Amino acid sequence: MNAVTVENVSKFYKRFAHKKQFQTLKSALLSRSLVRDLEPDETFSAVKDVTFTLPAGRTLGVIGRNGSGKSTMLKLVAGITKPTTGTVTVQGRVSALIELGAGFHPEISGRENVFINGIMLGLTKKEVARRFDEIVEFAELQEFIDAPVKTYSSGMYMRLGFAVAIHVDPDVLLVDEVLAVGDEGFTHKCLDKFAEFKRRGKTILLVTHSLGLVERFCDEALWMDAGSMKALGDPKRVVGAYVTNVEESEEMELAAGDAKAQESATTVSPDEPASAVLPDNPIESATGPADMFRATEGRWGSREIEIVDVSLTGKDGERAHVFHSGERLDVRLKLRAPVAIEDFVVGIGIFNAEGVCCYGTNTDIEELKAKRIFGDAEAVFSIESLDLVEGTYKLDVAIHKIDGYPYDYHRLLHTFRVKSRTKDVGIYRPKHAWQFSEAVTFTRPDAPDKS
Amino acid sequence: MLHNLVRLTRYRGLIQSLVARELKARYRGSVLGFFWSFINPLMLLLVYSFVFKYVMTAAHDPKVEPYALFMFCGILPWTWFSSSLAESSGVLISGGNLIKKVMFPAEILPIVTVLANMIHFFFGLIILAGFLVWYQRPLNAGELALFPVAVAIQLILTLGFALLLSALTVHFRDIRDILSNLLTFWFFATPIIYPYFIFEDPTKPGQEMWQATLLKLNPFTHLAISYQEILFFAGPVGHWKLLLLLGAISTVFFLFGYFVFDRLRDTFAEEV
Repeated sequence: MNAVTVENVSKFYKRFAHKKQFQTLKSALLSRSLVRDLEPDETFSAVKDVTFTLPAGRTLGVIGRNGSGKSTMLKLVAGITKPTTGTVTVQGRVSALIELGAGFHPEISGRENVFINGIMLGLTKKEVARRFDEIVEFAELQEFIDAPVKTYSSGMYMRLGFAVAIHVDPDVLLVDEVLAVGDEGFTHKCLDKFAEFKRRGKTILLVTHSLGLVERFCDEALWMDAGSMKALGDPKRVVGAYVTNVEESEEMELAAGDAKAQESATTVSPDEPASAVLPDNPIESATGPADMFRATEGRWGSREIEIVDVSLTGKDGERAHVFHSGERLDVRLKLRAPVAIEDFVVGIGIFNAEGVCCYGTNTDIEELKAKRIFGDAEAVFSIESLDLVEGTYKLDVAIHKIDGYPYDYHRLLHTFRVKSRTKDVGIYRPKHAWQFSEAVTFTRPDAPDKS
Repeated sequence: MLHNLVRLTRYRGLIQSLVARELKARYRGSVLGFFWSFINPLMLLLVYSFVFKYVMTAAHDPKVEPYALFMFCGILPWTWFSSSLAESSGVLISGGNLIKKVMFPAEILPIVTVLANMIHFFFGLIILAGFLVWYQRPLNAGELALFPVAVAIQLILTLGFALLLSALTVHFRDIRDILSNLLTFWFFATPIIYPYFIFEDPTKPGQEMWQATLLKLNPFTHLAISYQEILFFAGPVGHWKLLLLLGAISTVFFLFGYFVFDRLRDTFAEEV
């Protein structure tokens, strides 16, 4: 039996022309267009021709970017909004965890709100009374249940809302990204509750950005993109496809951001002395004085030697902006020296999003003695294994005299992102392995770490 | 539409709790709390008594004494009517969170508004009853039997207006502002602070027919007159036929209001 059947469902939202926004009753009556004006002038399709069925007892995870129609989909299943075309059929009682505590009245006590909220969600007064203690216990609000809801912290408010909604005992549970309602402990409790629902053969439709949750918890995944179904099926496969797609678009975004940063940096005149940009900063090396940690983007230098182009390439030699932790990364600098120069140092620095220097070096530090540069040249800084934790990083690249006089200094103009399956923290990931004596045993997680 | 109307009966419990919540929340935090429901109409009556006894002694018809009590008979139901309309016009917008996030029949919101105001009306009635006894007004059981009829008719009429206005205000927000002005005019176009018969007095010169006609077309006139005849004036309630006619019209109007509400229902979640 299918708990949820969605057939060719589309949802159009009205977008009114500029004129309509200033429409009033009076003018509508005067122009006799009251009824006509309730029709949309223009439409925006939030959900386009979606068809899927969810058999009873299954769990479906809906993923997708912001604005892809996930929440609209959920509201359609909940019956809060009606589809413009197509049909939605749901068997059994539905509880939607869309906005927790919607309908709580701030002035009255938690106790009264639990009753009203429960009745709103479809319970009778008696049913709420029977579950009341359980609800309060779940929300961990025993002490405060008789205080007015306005005195609650936002976490308490959400917990109470969640507790009521989850105790409605629905056949179909719709969840819209509400797991972030409490501390770690509460989140675990929510997950346990979901697992219990699953065990009891309830149907769950989960909208979330937590891909790990979808992989672990869902029987199926639906990926929505710009209102349409992009993929439906095995969670691992769908999540994988989605992650790849997100990386691609991140790639494009970073490329666009980089181009913009570099463009605006060139508005700093190349003749401008370095002191104008960082007045008290004699540039000695990329890891030099404390001032270098000031995260001011820019580009400066005399351009006697110019860094014409900076590209980051991955293991396949393709230009990229998104890399996986542990992969190869090459920073390629295209240099041009119109006249032959003998005093130069090539430097590089990697900064994380907080502006902390993760690593910096230059040819002088590494005791490479510059001999001569003339004409077009290329310098490649190869990182065999990019052992950084997940995050966004920025690059400094520079070419300058040994005494610091800059030829061309690119400060934080190049951005790349490191992705990692392992959510370790910090700045640097040393190559490591765990070893234990025999008294210690571990079980492998269900989803093996793919990093 | 009828299906939805029947479905409403399933939500009795919810309506009940929401009305209770509305009443509790209104005075939560004030020292006297629920007593304000009594004190407000009492103070109103005392102010009117003072004004008409000591300030505007000559401003009214000598046949109508005590004048403050007479006015009170009209003002109480009017307050119920006008606050219901004023509040319900904005109720879908302020309750937007519920309509957008919870499966919830939206008509409950205006209905709760009307009912909560009705409860306040009942509290006022207790004060009114006290003063009717104090002044030893002639009341008789036959006349009082008509009182619940008048209340029921007013309830149906008010619900009709509340549904219609709440639904239309979602699309035309101007209604709220228009309404507040209109209600002021409406108040003076209803025989509440003056007795209805001042327009039927043949001895008064310059009496114009249109005023009397306007007064008769105003549905609340008939409610106000009925209340005054039942509670204030001695003698039989001569207005009962028109009251029953108004009852029939109100029922039709209520169905019309519900029809409009039902037609616009699906647009609420997107517009509020």
